[in-house]
Order: sequence, then C-alpha cells, then structure tokens
Amino acid sequence: MPDRSMLLRVEHLRKVYGSATGDVEAIGDVSFTMDAGELVCIVGPSGCGKTTLLKCLAGLLRPTSGIVEMDGVPVTGPSPAMAVVFQEYGRSLYPWLTVRGNVELPLRHKRLSREAREKLVTDALDAVGLGHAARSHPWQLSGGMQQRVAIARAVAYQPEVLIMDEPFAAVDAQTRADLEDLVRELHTARGISIVFVTHDIDESVYLGERVLVLSKSPTWVQEDLAIDLPPERDQITTRALLRFTELRTHVYDQIQRAKRGETAAAR
Amino acid sequence: MTAQTGRIAVRPRGRGVGRRVAEGFLYPLGLPFLLLVVWGMASTASENRFFPGPLTIFEAFGDTWVGPAFVDDVLPSLYRLALGITASIVIGIAAGTLIGLFQWLRELLEPLLEFFRAIPPPVLIPVVMLLLGITDTMKVVVIVSGAVWPILLNTIDGVRATDSVMSETADSFRITWWERLWFLVLPAASPRIMAGVRQGLSVALILMVISEMFASSAGLGYRIAYFQRNYLIAEMWSGILLLGLVGVLLAATFGVVERRVLRWYHGIREVNRA
Ligand SMILES: Nc1ncnc2c1ncn2[C@@H]1O[C@H](COP(=O)(O)OP(=O)(O)OP(=O)(O)O)[C@@H](O)[C@H]1O
Ligand SMILES: [Mg+2]
Repeated sequence: MPDRSMLLRVEHLRKVYGSATGDVEAIGDVSFTMDAGELVCIVGPSGCGKTTLLKCLAGLLRPTSGIVEMDGVPVTGPSPAMAVVFQEYGRSLYPWLTVRGNVELPLRHKRLSREAREKLVTDALDAVGLGHAARSHPWQLSGGMQQRVAIARAVAYQPEVLIMDEPFAAVDAQTRADLEDLVRELHTARGISIVFVTHDIDESVYLGERVLVLSKSPTWVQEDLAIDLPPERDQITTRALLRFTELRTHVYDQIQRAKRGETAAAR
Repeated sequence: MTAQTGRIAVRPRGRGVGRRVAEGFLYPLGLPFLLLVVWGMASTASENRFFPGPLTIFEAFGDTWVGPAFVDDVLPSLYRLALGITASIVIGIAAGTLIGLFQWLRELLEPLLEFFRAIPPPVLIPVVMLLLGITDTMKVVVIVSGAVWPILLNTIDGVRATDSVMSETADSFRITWWERLWFLVLPAASPRIMAGVRQGLSVALILMVISEMFASSAGLGYRIAYFQRNYLIAEMWSGILLLGLVGVLLAATFGVVERRVLRWYHGIREVNRA
C-alpha cells in the first residue's frame, strides 16, 4: 500500500437525540481513526446507531459531544470531500430527473467545464455498468440498478471518502454479490476511501480491510478487527478460505456479545 | 352505438392513432350525445317555455355568440380569466413556496391566511369595486382572490412535505439554495401544486362569471344575466353551454400540461400498479 496518512479521526463521539418522549442516547462513546485509502466496515446490531454515526461523520448531524475530524480539520457540515450513499436508495434518487440528471446534479455547482462535467457523469455511469440507462428514470430501474445510480452519483462527485449506509440491504443475493465486487473495484481502481456500514457479517469480512464492531446502544466500539485476507477478493475463493470462516465466526461472536451487552472478552 | 365504433377502431396496427381517436373523442362524447337526445325528447314533450330543446339552443348559440358578441363579450371574459389564472398560479406558487420554506413566515401568516381563506370571494366584489371601480383590474382581482387559495395552500403543504432523505441527499452534496428549490423542492411539491391549480381553475371560472354579473356592461357573465332578466331563455341557455365549453377546454388544456409536468409521477404510479 502507498504511505497512508490519517484521514478521519473520531474521538469520544456521543450523540443524544432529544425528543418529547425523552432523550435517546444513540451513540455513547465512539472513538476510532481511519487512514486514507482504507476500506472500513462497520457492523453492529440493529438500531445501535450506525446511521447516526455516519451522519455525524458526513456532517449531516451535530454530535452532542466529541470530535470528528477529517484531514485534521473538524467536520462542521457536509464536506465536498465526502459523498454519502444512503440506506433508502428509493428516497435518495430524484424521480423527476433522469439517471444522468441525478448523477449530474451535485456537479452543477462545481466549477467545471461542460465537457469535464459530462465526462465525469459518463465515466461514473460506465463504472457502475449503467451507461446504457442514462436516459431512463430511476423508477424504471430495478432496486440493484437504482443503488448503482446512487453509487455513480457519489463517485462522479469525486470524494476522498465514500460513506455507504447498508447500501445493499434491500437487493437480492446475486445483485448484492455484484455490487460488493463493484465496491471493491472502486476502492482498488480509484483509491477511494470507503466507510461501509452493514449488518451482514459475511459482507463486512468480505469487503473490509478492517471491521469495527459496535456494541448495542448506547454505543461504543466493541472491537476493531484487521481483516488479513489477500487484497484480491473473489466471491467464491475468498469466501472458501479457512481464514474467512475464522474471521466471520469471530465477528459473529462479537456481535452476539454486543447484543447481550457484554464487553469484548479478548481485546 | 358509440362504443361499438370505438371497438372497431382498435386494430392491432393502428393502435396508436385508432385507439387514441376512439378513447379521445368517441367515448367521452358518447354520454353527452345520449343526454342531448334525452333532453330533446323531454323538451319536446314538455310545455315549459323555460326549457327549450337543444336545436333551439344551438340555433341561439350561433346567432348570439358568432359575430360581434364574440369580440365584445367572450374574448374580454376569456382574457380576464387567463390573466386571473396566470396571476393566481404565479402568486400562489411563489408565496406558497416562501411560506412553506420558512417556518417563521408560516407562523406569522397562518392566522391571517385562515381568515382570508374563510371569506367567500363574491363578498369581496363590492369592496374591490369601491377600491378599484368597475374595471378589468377589479374583475381580475376578484378571480385571483378566490383562485389563489387552493394553489397557495397546496403549495405550502407540498413544499413542507419534502422527503427527509431527499433533503439530506441535497445537504450531503452541498446543493445550492436555488438548485435545491428548482431540482428538489418544486418538483417534489408539483403533484400537490397541480392538484391546487386544478381546483383553482374551476374557482376562477365561477368567479369570472360572478365578477361580471355585478354592475357590468359586457362579458359572458353579464350577457347570461342580461338574457335571463329579459326572458331570452334559449340565448341564456346557449351562454351556459358556452361556459361549459370554456370549462371543458380549460380542463383539457390543464390535462395536457399536467401530463407533461407530472410525467414522472404518473410513471411511478404505473410502475407500482404493474
Ligand atoms: N431523528 C431521531 N430522533 C430520535 N431518535 C432517533 C432518531 N434517529 C434515530 N433515533 C434513534 O437512535 C437509535 C439509533 O438509530 P440509527 O438509525 O442510527 O440505528 P441503525 O444502527 O442505523 O439502525 P438500523 O440497523 O435499523 O439501520 C435508535 O434507537 C433510533 O430509534
Ligand atoms: Mg441505519
């Protein structure tokens, strides 16, 4: 790997949602760092605050306390160096725009020439294999294709970090495998750093170079696990590796502990 | 009878044209035609002079409206109607968008809006007449004072209901304020806005007529009232027929625009239904 510098630093992050029925402590105390060029997966039980954490990273939510820094600068709002792929792709794409219009929209305010902008859009659509669907509307596409559009939109934005919130939770298994490989390819070919949230343990081990296991709410980082699998991953051979099975069993155990509210046994 | 003609027109190859002609004209015209026939028979049987037959009315229609009356009465009415509708749409959407976007504005104006909305617009005619005289402006103001409300209120609701994920998407990509308005807020509200415009159109037509019935000396509404007062019954009916035609034309124009503007919306509904 090329020399890596620290990209993201999260320290003692805490987020409490105030509401009429009482406060909800979504994130208790989360700290971790991420280097440039890494692909970090975040897993955790349902409702443990994964989406909340991502929104804090992306500058969409203000943490109650704690620090989120990117490239050494505190994150106070959405940054041009980050792009988010949301959990609900159906509600994140604009149905009145074509696929091309959706991908192009975030580029409009960037100071780019028309040609440069069109090239970015075309490249991004080709990268996700949707060059042919540019003139369609999102609702004319399958779920998997819609999520590809959301990915293309994020990629065309040319972020340093791509933040993905359970992007494949709602697509079928085959499409999901394809999309996982697409993410790996974007990561290796374009060198984009990726934070990938999932509740699927296999997916986290298959995709990640690191897996952060979150505890249940109020959340802290239960384990920070390096995935020592070879960088070239393949749906069949990688998943058949003994090490893959060991790692996924380990993560599975940690999640079970997290659900029961135990702290990590062996750190 | 009409239905059969329609079915014959549907040929696999000619689907584009044949079927459209059938569905576009024959089906919708079938029932009105039937009504006319029934009406004709009923009026022939009846002795009531306030209830003339369709042929008498058609004749009166040609005599009354084809000629100078078209230029003197119909066109000015249509012109004021168009002006009133345009102003209602522009004001309703612009003000509705601002009120929908800014909560403080909403809280400030809400009681006032509720109050004005509750006033039946015809009541305003004497007031507006005192202020503006019996002018075109007064009539347009009366039309707007009624037609603007459904558009305004629907726009406010539509703008407020912008989807949270779509908004967050716009935030995360740092979309500018104008882009957000143009590419997110207004399109997202467009189904509601169009529903408001549809209601506004029928209100506008009603108010066009009413605004001319008070102390006016020309216009479609004035003519109809004049015929009625002078017992020119067939002429009066022909005016009502003309009003109906204007309404149908208005609805058809709206339909064409709506289908264009909300193509995505109807597309989604079709996909969901399939
Ligand atoms: N806007 C909000 N206001 C109040 N409470 C909230 C809000 N958003 C989330 N929460 C609460 O915070 C907690 C964490 O929510 P969050 O959506 O971050 O979890 P998650 O890990 O992403 O869940 P999932 O696996 O279902 O996606 C939940 O208990 C949720 O009810
Ligand atoms: Mg979530």
